[in-house]
Amino acid sequence: MKHRYLPMTEQDKKEMLETIGVESIDDLFADIPEKVRFKGLYNIKEAVSESELLKELQELADKNTNTEKAVSFLGAGVYNHYKPAIVDHVISRSEFYTAYTPYQPEISQGELQAIFEFQTMIAELTGLDLANSSMYDGGTALAEAGMLAAGSTRRKKLLISEAIHPEYREVVKTYAYGQSIEVVDIPIKDGVTDIEALQGLIDEQTAAVMVQYPNFFGQIEDIKKIGELAHEAKGLFIVSANPLALGILTPPGKLGADITVGDVQPFGIPESFGGPHCGYFATTSKLMRKVPGRLVGQTVDQDGRRGFVLTLQAREQHIRREKATSNICSNQALLALAASVAMTALGKRGIQEMAKQNIIKTRYAKNAFEKAGFTVPFQGAHFNEIVVKVNKPVSEINQKLLEKGIIGGYDLGRDYPQLENHVLIAVTELRTKEEIDQLVQEMGAYNA
Amino acid sequence: MHNGNQPLIFELSKEGRIGYSLPELDVPEVELSELIPEEYLRKEPAELPEVSELDIMRHYTALSRRNHGVDSGFYPLGSCTMKYNPKINEEVARFSGFANIHPLQDESTVQGAMELMYELQTALKEITGMDEVTLQPAAGAHGEWTALMMIRAYHEANGEGHRNKVIVPDSAHGTNPASAAVAGFEIVTVKSDENGLVDLEDLRRVVGNDTAALMLTNPNTLGLFEEHIVEIAEIVHSVGGKVYYDGANLNAVMSKARPGDMGFDCVHLNLHKTFTGPHGGGGPGSGPVGVKKDLIPFLPKPVLVKKEDGTFHFDYDRPQSIGRVKPFYGNFGINVRAYAYIRSMGPEGLKLVTEYAVLNANYMMRRLAPYYDLPYDRHCKHEFVLSGRRQKKLGVRTLDIAKRLLDFGYHPPTIYFPLIVEEGMMIEPTETESKETLDAFCDALIQIAKEAEENPSIVQEAPHTTVVSRLDETLAARRPVLRYQKQ
Repeated sequence: MKHRYLPMTEQDKKEMLETIGVESIDDLFADIPEKVRFKGLYNIKEAVSESELLKELQELADKNTNTEKAVSFLGAGVYNHYKPAIVDHVISRSEFYTAYTPYQPEISQGELQAIFEFQTMIAELTGLDLANSSMYDGGTALAEAGMLAAGSTRRKKLLISEAIHPEYREVVKTYAYGQSIEVVDIPIKDGVTDIEALQGLIDEQTAAVMVQYPNFFGQIEDIKKIGELAHEAKGLFIVSANPLALGILTPPGKLGADITVGDVQPFGIPESFGGPHCGYFATTSKLMRKVPGRLVGQTVDQDGRRGFVLTLQAREQHIRREKATSNICSNQALLALAASVAMTALGKRGIQEMAKQNIIKTRYAKNAFEKAGFTVPFQGAHFNEIVVKVNKPVSEINQKLLEKGIIGGYDLGRDYPQLENHVLIAVTELRTKEEIDQLVQEMGAYNA
Repeated sequence: MHNGNQPLIFELSKEGRIGYSLPELDVPEVELSELIPEEYLRKEPAELPEVSELDIMRHYTALSRRNHGVDSGFYPLGSCTMKYNPKINEEVARFSGFANIHPLQDESTVQGAMELMYELQTALKEITGMDEVTLQPAAGAHGEWTALMMIRAYHEANGEGHRNKVIVPDSAHGTNPASAAVAGFEIVTVKSDENGLVDLEDLRRVVGNDTAALMLTNPNTLGLFEEHIVEIAEIVHSVGGKVYYDGANLNAVMSKARPGDMGFDCVHLNLHKTFTGPHGGGGPGSGPVGVKKDLIPFLPKPVLVKKEDGTFHFDYDRPQSIGRVKPFYGNFGINVRAYAYIRSMGPEGLKLVTEYAVLNANYMMRRLAPYYDLPYDRHCKHEFVLSGRRQKKLGVRTLDIAKRLLDFGYHPPTIYFPLIVEEGMMIEPTETESKETLDAFCDALIQIAKEAEENPSIVQEAPHTTVVSRLDETLAARRPVLRYQKQ
């Protein structure tokens, strides 16, 4: 078999075997015990040519309803946003995407500088001192924040708001179980964290209080108050934040957050069926040496030129092994680059403009739903999501919407029994007035 | 490579420039102060750059020219499997039906994506010899931790929650002990013997009724096949422990020995290594986990199943599951690329991948053995480890040799790893490199060995041709500057 990815020729093989001093390639595998040796070929599909592959995978892709063709009002942590065309062009430069982690700084200055810029942008947006080079996603970033808090406070309890993304909460619980950390849910009231309930739960064993900003229902909570409660109990305050919203909202760092995490998917990263996205992790200088993952720092070379290196590596698994602050190694570097490009394209003005459009269009949708007779139960300030009460199962309504080429909102009854027949509608800058009107009209028709 | 300093994007910023294009607001404008409480409206805008689109493209193009990837040149970074990243994979992952689908869409609207995932799982089961596979873990270390959490749940379900020790060889990847610690285990190290393999006597001594698992890479990080693998698995199983396969080195054994047949109970793979998901400068990866039957109940939620009517479904009703390890279903975009690779190679192709990777490594090892110490002199698998101790006596460290290689346009090998080799250099050529490339790289290393004898300063002061010279890492750590601050 000849293959375009395999340059070996018969002549090469012959010369190489001679140099090694063996008769055949099989001789190089003689150390595999007969008993466990695999004979023959894998029982997998035969290879296809490039054109056949394109056709086969295009057929699979075509079976899916994509958010370019359908009009999507589905958010719940993953959003259909404007993606500057330039993003894909930058991350398609193979000097970036075919490189490994920048272990050799002299030939990795491009990647290192790009990460340094990413760290700066995240620190700016969150209002915190520093940020790392990325985490797998917002959910695992939140879990790592909880582990850091427990380690740093030497306490074993995390209080987590039920207004945090349900899947994020599940991830936190899985990580916490491994570390024998207790996770206690803080109930919600009127679509925000129930502060009275929190006051009852918080105690001297609380390592951290964790909230989402804007929360899972799109609501902008009084997180400052929650932070104060966390600090009174000498626990840390962890905020999971949509970084796009931070273009307009007061940054968590200015509201008492010790750690802010989240996912930069809104910045130029496609929905991609839930991954790869890209988590971020920002914190204070005080916690710098406990941060998980890679950090890029500025330094100078022997001739005094500015350069960048991976730094504070004594925190990391390849140096500290079981004493490392985290086991993370590969992160989401290429998507941190994508987000950097998108943040750069948006820039100081664009991010405000885009965030603002999300708020105003969502407000328009809220008014339209209310005008059409729907109840919007949570009336607090919102970002780009609202909760709408419907009279029928959300899945039924969404099925009808799909027939009209609309992907409906998220069925909150899946995670919140008290919110059965409630749907979470996301409205980004990409949704037009016409599309919003159509959504309200179609939903109204089925809801009757 | 591009020479000269490249300013930070913030230093290129000029007030009033923009690089975006947003639609005009088509609904009535509302003052934000009417919608958001005063305290929550940002007072100081975030200092993001103000640049035009061309400024952005030039900036990142300049940065890319200060970066070395597999497409730039040979990248024999041991343990990382820096093979060619096929371009067709990049194309298919960008199909709108893959890139632009939301994870919470109704299952009926994403059957094609679920079918691809199912087909990939099926192929990985066959390749690893496991009974079930989850695609959820985002990277290798995440996969390690996921599998260890499952082992923990398995022991607890059997009333053996006291099993709190994970055994790790002294040659193991750093993620192994770190992942075990995150999963709540204590680490016990087992020594390597004089042949570079797990010391069976030491293993017998450290196992016991508190053993939860042994984590093993095979071939190990020296590139050597653990030929006593059957016995090793028996020793661990005999005390009730599980045996874990670190799949970082799977490229060495495809179609030759499957983890499931060697006695392993679970395995993680690095799809960004063996199956060509690009490394992306440090991710995203994808770290699926395969398990044998008795670990299936503990798989993370949700589990992808094929129903009798041929449709695909995410099953959340898994009472013994360890729970969720990641929002949604894993790094789908990387899984698409890995699937495209497996379909491109087929059974025969994957066999050749391993054969040529191993042939290439052995060839290089023999060419270099006269010039560098070879601490373990036997056939290697996909990689091998040289020692620079001979050169060290001449005052030339392995770090210097690595830096000198930069002048020849190569990415150096992994250095100072595994920890058990003095001045180690771990070289993994992969199967996608031609003999000419291997020869040219060997020639460079041989020349450097000569330079170490005749003109050591040229090696000690390397690199001479890169955009920066050696960087002051001590300064970076002592006075950390982790972000740009406006002057």
